[in-house]
Amino acid sequence: MAEEYSLYNPTVMDHFLNPRNMGDLEDADGIGEVGAAACGDIMKISLKIGNDGRISDARFKTFGCGSAIASSSMATELVKGKTIEEAMQLSNKNVVDALGGLPPVKIHCSVLAEEAIKAALDDYLKRHPEMAARVAAAKAQKQPNE
Amino acid sequence: MNKVYLDYQSSTPVLPEVLEAMLPWFRDYYGNASALHELGIRSKKALTRAREQFATAIHAAEPEEIIFTSCGTEANNLGVKGSAYALQSKGKHIILSTAEHPSVENSVAFLEKQGFTATRVPVDRQGRIDPAAIEAAITPETILIATHYANHDIGTIQPIELIGEIAERHKIQFFVDAAFSAGWLPIDVTRLRTGLISLSPHRFYGPKGVGVLYKNRKARLLSIISGGIQEGNRRSGTENVPAIVGAGLAMEIAETEREKRVAHVSALQKRLWEGLSAHIPYICLNGPLPGDGRHPCNLNISTEFIEGEGQLLLCNAAGIAVASGSSCSSKNLKASPVLSAIGQALTLMQGNLIFSLGKDNTEEEIDYVISSFTKIVERLRGMSPVWDAFQKGQVQSVIAPAK
Ligand code: FES
Repeated sequence: MAEEYSLYNPTVMDHFLNPRNMGDLEDADGIGEVGAAACGDIMKISLKIGNDGRISDARFKTFGCGSAIASSSMATELVKGKTIEEAMQLSNKNVVDALGGLPPVKIHCSVLAEEAIKAALDDYLKRHPEMAARVAAAKAQKQPNE
Repeated sequence: MNKVYLDYQSSTPVLPEVLEAMLPWFRDYYGNASALHELGIRSKKALTRAREQFATAIHAAEPEEIIFTSCGTEANNLGVKGSAYALQSKGKHIILSTAEHPSVENSVAFLEKQGFTATRVPVDRQGRIDPAAIEAAITPETILIATHYANHDIGTIQPIELIGEIAERHKIQFFVDAAFSAGWLPIDVTRLRTGLISLSPHRFYGPKGVGVLYKNRKARLLSIISGGIQEGNRRSGTENVPAIVGAGLAMEIAETEREKRVAHVSALQKRLWEGLSAHIPYICLNGPLPGDGRHPCNLNISTEFIEGEGQLLLCNAAGIAVASGSSCSSKNLKASPVLSAIGQALTLMQGNLIFSLGKDNTEEEIDYVISSFTKIVERLRGMSPVWDAFQKGQVQSVIAPAK
């Protein structure tokens, strides 16, 4: 089987060769663009967020390696349908796990995806202070000791 | 079109007749070349025959000037470290270029930790070493000039004869890394004026597991492997007789067929570059234009706004085997040292891809690669936020900056 001789596992290869949610969102509510210090790659995530605070759509554009493209594809899949609070919890480990693992040297590519999602959420919250207040209040309620 | 191999610079297949010639030395004639019985002497004779084949190919004065090692990297280690150790009573300074293969660069770096010093002469935008800069770097302490014949990354052919002439004039030992040149570029050690030159048979249709270091009578060398007195006490360890037999034959055939092979790959190299540059905007060549200044097999390019590993993976998915010097495709996340040595822009180092041709590539294959790669670039640019920004006029092209 061809997969046995490829650089990444079949899930990563699938997300690289058939990326989900690639592109831009015309009227995005939040956009995050981040760069990787390690290798110089760039990732851009656009989000559509409804009044209910749920992510209704996500898109990515990536200048980067195979695992960066696969990570951004997977990250957009993971946050679609999530609330802002839930999406805030997305970690690079979730992305790596969903991809069935990345080579050690490629973990930073998944970190880039986490950072891009967070940057897009931050951008949204900056544009929507009322939502930012709601998120902060909910957070305070959940963790009263903090 | 199912598979197109364009990575011949990293390795070539073994010629069928070379493989045939090797087989008896695994199966029937397995004697250790140091043994004194019939099988041993048979092996020893086979080594002598291979030594003669190499000596003839590179115009060495005598077969004993050929030393067999386990690979090109070992030959480079022996050439550099062996010279330094043999000459350290005279001085401790080494001159090399900033664009050496890691086996030379890291050998020198290793020696520096042991108290040797080094001057790394810069290369120009095309990767060329200026012989005058080599001469200017010479000090009374200089014991070795170590440089390459053709660059392993961008194919630049160095003015070896001129450097050799300088080395000779200053009576400094001269080592040439010809691991990427042998079999393709003419090697005449008398004309190159080098005392030491390394060769790598698996790059000209010989087997892996064998390298060659030529050492003339004048060159001083200390063995870097401790052991028995094989290879005239210059390289201990049981000789890999089958591989050496195969290497000798591959060298002989490479020399006989060299002009034919070079004419063939040169034409394909030109076709590939002309095709790619005609179809793809914002693409550039690293190293000299195809022609006399460049290794006929090598085509190293940078495509702007996209990254190299993605290009490599999509090529692979299209059945095309290539290499990349981008940081993402390297194990240490560092882009090609040669591309930084020629001062290539960071983003173009990122978009690097290396095609290397062989004698069996065809025009149809090259045309397939041109059309596939054009599509690959379009696809990756379609995913690239940088291409987007460029389309919107937010960033400039490095290759074709707007005036
Ligand atoms: S993002 Fe550069 S190596 Fe993956």
